[in-house]
Amino acid sequence: MSDVTLTPVSMDEVKHLVSERAMQGETVLLNMGPQHPSTHGVLRLLLELDGETVVNCIPDIGFLHTGIEKNMEAKRYEQAEVMTDRLDYLNTMGNNLAYCMAVEKLVDLDVPPRAQAIRVVMVELQRIASHLVWLGTHALDLGAMTVFLYCFREREMILDIMEMISGQRMMTTYFRPGGLWRDVPVGFEEAVRQFLRIFPARIQQYEDLLTKNPIFIDRTRGIGVVSKEDALRWGLTGPPLRGSGVPYDIRKVRPYSGYEQYDFEVPTREEGDVYARYLVRIEEMRQSLRIIRQALDKMPYGPVRSNNRKFVPPPRSEIGHSMEALIHHFKLWTDGFPAPKESVFVSVESPRGELGVYLEGDGGNKPYRVHWRTPSFANLQTLPMLAKGHLVADLVGIIGSVDIVLGDVDR
Amino acid sequence: MGLTMDEKLKPIVDALQQRFGAQASTFRGQTRLLLERENLVAATTALRDEFGFEMLTDLTAVDYWPQESPRFHAVYWFTSWQKGGLQISLRVPLDGEDASLPTLEGVYPNANWYERELWDMFGIHIEGHSDLRRILMPHDWVGHPLRKDYPLGYEEVQFSFNQEEIMVRKAHPQE
Amino acid sequence: MGLEQKLGDMGIATMKLEEAVNWARTNAMWPMLFGLACCAIEMMAAQASHYDLSRFGMELMRASPRQSDLMIVAGRVTRKMAPVLRRLYDQMPDPKWVIAMGDCASTGGVFNNYAVVQGVDEVVPVDVYVAGCPPRPEALIHGIITLHEKVKGEKLTKWA
Repeated sequence: MSDVTLTPVSMDEVKHLVSERAMQGETVLLNMGPQHPSTHGVLRLLLELDGETVVNCIPDIGFLHTGIEKNMEAKRYEQAEVMTDRLDYLNTMGNNLAYCMAVEKLVDLDVPPRAQAIRVVMVELQRIASHLVWLGTHALDLGAMTVFLYCFREREMILDIMEMISGQRMMTTYFRPGGLWRDVPVGFEEAVRQFLRIFPARIQQYEDLLTKNPIFIDRTRGIGVVSKEDALRWGLTGPPLRGSGVPYDIRKVRPYSGYEQYDFEVPTREEGDVYARYLVRIEEMRQSLRIIRQALDKMPYGPVRSNNRKFVPPPRSEIGHSMEALIHHFKLWTDGFPAPKESVFVSVESPRGELGVYLEGDGGNKPYRVHWRTPSFANLQTLPMLAKGHLVADLVGIIGSVDIVLGDVDR
Repeated sequence: MGLTMDEKLKPIVDALQQRFGAQASTFRGQTRLLLERENLVAATTALRDEFGFEMLTDLTAVDYWPQESPRFHAVYWFTSWQKGGLQISLRVPLDGEDASLPTLEGVYPNANWYERELWDMFGIHIEGHSDLRRILMPHDWVGHPLRKDYPLGYEEVQFSFNQEEIMVRKAHPQE
Repeated sequence: MGLEQKLGDMGIATMKLEEAVNWARTNAMWPMLFGLACCAIEMMAAQASHYDLSRFGMELMRASPRQSDLMIVAGRVTRKMAPVLRRLYDQMPDPKWVIAMGDCASTGGVFNNYAVVQGVDEVVPVDVYVAGCPPRPEALIHGIITLHEKVKGEKLTKWA
């Protein structure tokens, strides 16, 4: 097939990115990825090495560019939501939430309190699941196999809960504009409470394996340091920013979905290295548990979808006896709903940082423009700065500590 | 969040209106300032240094082809951590014939990749950019996918009546 | 098929060369550690504690194509990735097999657009398609077992 041949990049194209010494052959240019076990997907790095030391690191992304933004423009508001799951596939519920909140804001749609509380529970569970994958792979990269197996053991519990409520393990599309797909099934609360009972001891297990492990500390402390000023300047968000001592968490500064009712802390560390980011994420898992517990305790009763029939289809039971409901149902599933010719920007705190959606309507039933401000894209940009001067072996730890998801980077 | 502008934003918006002739509009509590591209760097420098917006949160563009002129709007979002997560947006209209923007790399270093993405996806040229290469698409790609005149490029779904027709066109690789 | 069943009193086992080779190939099939997108996470889950792919002699994911027999294309293949994928496939030594894991790898899935290859079978020959978005680890395991069945049926004449 003719179009699957690699066209090589000429040396001239990257000349301005590497040092003079590379041109004279004093340093080595090394290609890492896109098929590499520790780049967490299809990230390609062009490394300029002086011996084992990284002189320059040039990321090349786009190997997973899926055209999601363009594809969403061709779908109606409700249809486009399935695309959002596949952006950041470790934070599917969070993507759904960001998108639903953007649509709700654009058309001014209310969300019942019960739906908001369930959203918070699910998003926090998702955050834990995402951090578990991060912890497992990060530890695996640094040579600790056991943690990986432990983390995936607990992750299965969360995936079981997701499957219970939505029928899918990962791509749930459970949140819908105006509420949820449907109420949680019987046994949901029990399953979450069971998780809450078990999980604190399990976090302790991971910490026993890593936090005071001299090998882990040697591999992480003082590696990939980013100062507070640099972190802000480079627009880092999420655990990398909080690991540098900035308590910026969107759940606190611009609360959404009822986060203002819950009592939780934003963990920060001052060191700004790989180890600090590790500690921040571990503590975040504990805080997530606190939020879930409060949300479950305070869980209000009531509907889980808005009653605004212009945007939200009526429940199935109504269709049988109400002509009006049938018309609304038909109208919404054949034509969708229109949104004003305006734009909104909504951001939520994803496990990786600030996940923003820029949504623009044009008066029709399809989004005119959707843009995802993804945390991985913004955070990965700092990799050259973080990696400079470190060994190649440490680069693996640095990539892990930034916690990128390539679907999130490339969209 | 009300329907009106955030109180804390008022002095900032007023100052930008006076100094750079920006036009403000507010939708659901979010304030956007329409700005000429000549004033962009000065306005963002003022935002960063005087008003404490230390983060460039997002940078993208919208293509209004063919119904509107100027064709593009570049959309910037800035966040201030000091002011409790305050956000403001700048919009810069750009003509389709002469779509170019000054780089913000000197003000916010993370504009680098966002601007590369603008070039890659919209074909908006960035003046003074240190590394203006394609970022997401392959380096030898033709066209700028997020422009409205670029087709989505989908493949027909196969049914029994058109299956053979499509199969003929498909590639069949060998080992 | 266990070898011990064929052991006679003389300590000799007789079997067809075909069978012996296919048996060996299926029971130590090394997949390549090659994750693309969402499905890669489910592939990791299949490797990890709960599903434990090592029951099928496949716990050894090789990061190098030179050491692997099976390529599990886990996720959407983009136009930028396709040449890389083909090169990886070309680097794998014979005999080699390909599983297209998930809808995106099989058909392009929900992403019917300019950036995504509509099915990895446009780039490399695929042996088994696994449906699902993403497929559950059980589905992947089923796909692998299906591939094993296929390999067991391979004929000597086809080796060439």
